[in-house]
Amino acid sequence: MDKFRMIFQFFQSNQESFMNGICGIMALASTQMYSAFDFNCPCLPHYNLAYGLGILLVPPFILFLLGFVLNNNISMLAEEWRRPQGRRGKDPSVLRYMFCSMAQRAMIAPAVWVSVTLLDGKSITCAFCTSVPVETLGNASHPPLSQGEIQRLLARIPCKEIYNGQQLIANEVAVRYLRCISQALGWCFVLLMTTLAFLVRSLRPCFSQAAFLKSRYWSHYIDIERKLFDETCAEHARSFAKVCIQQFFEGMSTDLVAARCHLPRKAPANAGEAAEKLLGIIDQGTMNMALKSWHRCKPPLHLHPPALPTGNGWAGEGQPPTHPSAPRRETAAYYSWV
Amino acid sequence: MDRFRMIFQYFQSNSESVMNGICGLLALASVKMYTSFEFSCPCLPQYNLAYGLGVMFVPPIILFLCGLILNRQSLVMLEEWRRPPGHRKKDLAVIRYMCSSILQRAMVAPVVWIVVTLLDGKCLICAFSGSIDPEKFVGFPNVSTVQVQQLLAKVPCKDDELMRNNTSRKAVSRYLRCCSQALGWSILLILIIAAFLARWLRPCFNQATLLQARHWSNYIDIEQKIFEETCCEHSRLFAHKCILHFFESMQQEIKLHSFSLPREGEEAEGEEGLLQGITDQDQVNKLLKTWYYEKPPLDVS
Repeated sequence: MDKFRMIFQFFQSNQESFMNGICGIMALASTQMYSAFDFNCPCLPHYNLAYGLGILLVPPFILFLLGFVLNNNISMLAEEWRRPQGRRGKDPSVLRYMFCSMAQRAMIAPAVWVSVTLLDGKSITCAFCTSVPVETLGNASHPPLSQGEIQRLLARIPCKEIYNGQQLIANEVAVRYLRCISQALGWCFVLLMTTLAFLVRSLRPCFSQAAFLKSRYWSHYIDIERKLFDETCAEHARSFAKVCIQQFFEGMSTDLVAARCHLPRKAPANAGEAAEKLLGIIDQGTMNMALKSWHRCKPPLHLHPPALPTGNGWAGEGQPPTHPSAPRRETAAYYSWV
Repeated sequence: MDRFRMIFQYFQSNSESVMNGICGLLALASVKMYTSFEFSCPCLPQYNLAYGLGVMFVPPIILFLCGLILNRQSLVMLEEWRRPPGHRKKDLAVIRYMCSSILQRAMVAPVVWIVVTLLDGKCLICAFSGSIDPEKFVGFPNVSTVQVQQLLAKVPCKDDELMRNNTSRKAVSRYLRCCSQALGWSILLILIIAAFLARWLRPCFNQATLLQARHWSNYIDIEQKIFEETCCEHSRLFAHKCILHFFESMQQEIKLHSFSLPREGEEAEGEEGLLQGITDQDQVNKLLKTWYYEKPPLDVS
């Protein structure tokens, strides 16, 4: 159990820092994604808005879902939520705590994407270039144009190479204006998010500290219990497999001895450990037969208890006695991976 | 207990250095944020001042709040402040000490941002180019006030078509940058002198109270960490017991249903002992199903 204790301590002490690490990596990944993404404004009247706002809002949604997917605890939350009550009551405050802490971590990468997009300015410039106030920023002395033509001209603002409305409104003036608005929005968004985070963190000790301690303890407990149960099942499966295989080899050895009507060769008293580990199979033909039998006819998932010294007959069900002379019963064993 | 002692020593020695490290990282992050931020002055009469001062003052507020959020001790201090007295009286001096140390650390990154902004100069040039007196600079034509304002507002934009060949633009720019850098260096000097004096003169006043406050604030911090560690340890042991009880109860149930003769001896040897009486595919399936449908009660008495 010492090994398990060390592993559990590692997980427990590092669970929070592990999740924070994933959170930070996703935030960095989102900035990297943004800088690697080749932004290409379509420069057409109605497509600009859709493209600009799409780039601003769709990747954050994807990153938010990804934040949940990458979080191991989501399956734990779902399991705790859906399990039947049984002999253990369910505490909704624990579920709420688990969900809130997961949602908070998942919100960081989308918030980083939105801030970086707004502070860079390309998205808003593309989306709202047709809404630039031409009356205040443009040349008043320009001959009047129809609304549609003005829209088409303004839509080309993000694409400097094809912009032909320099007489109506200078490209740099419009871009500077839009970028200023975008950056102001960006800083306001970051300020709002930071203030919210600060309030959430600092108001909690003022109002519900005892309830928080309880929820945190039981959510950690559920996590540890699940891991410990998995470890115990793995240990059990290992022992099960070991005994099953041992019994298989013993069975093979007994069968072969019975089939050949040989007396089992008695190992000399001082044979040592290696001879014991051979489990009675000591030549090529026997080994080949054992391997073939393992492939063609795996033993059933049913371990025989060790033989009793008194030799009383078994009265129980489901435990057939092993006769050395009877051929090995072939039963198909069904594995279900639980 | 040895393990606990090692952990305590680690936390004690590193609590201050962890907080200082976070403080330094935030300061570096603020410099990096400034260099990667693309400053783009709008060069329009009313917008310049808002933009310039906004970029100078809004990020420091954000960095200050981040400094408070990332500092674990702020939570500890808040809990200590809001807890009911119970059996332990509250010492306001300790809370004041914790508060001041948290605020000092949180102020480093905002100050770094403001100083870097001032020393760079772009913000002040953008904000105050419209406020200078045009008569002091040759090259601004004698036109109406509105047009002069618009011209002055375009000074920060070097590539603007009106400003490209204007010689006075550079003069105005240099003047404003000089003021900005002078302000930046003065603020830096004042802050460093203030910090120096505070550290030097502190031992002259209330040293005993300070030592007490520092000791107990450290104590509260460590006590909370140890409480969390103990809760984790406890929940691990609780879970271990709970699962053992579960396996034993399953074993008893199986014994009841299968009518097999009990094995000789209390303790089975070797691998059989680890199997805990569950030696069949159906028994394993039943165990796993019961674990899901009927989790054992949280009671290990």
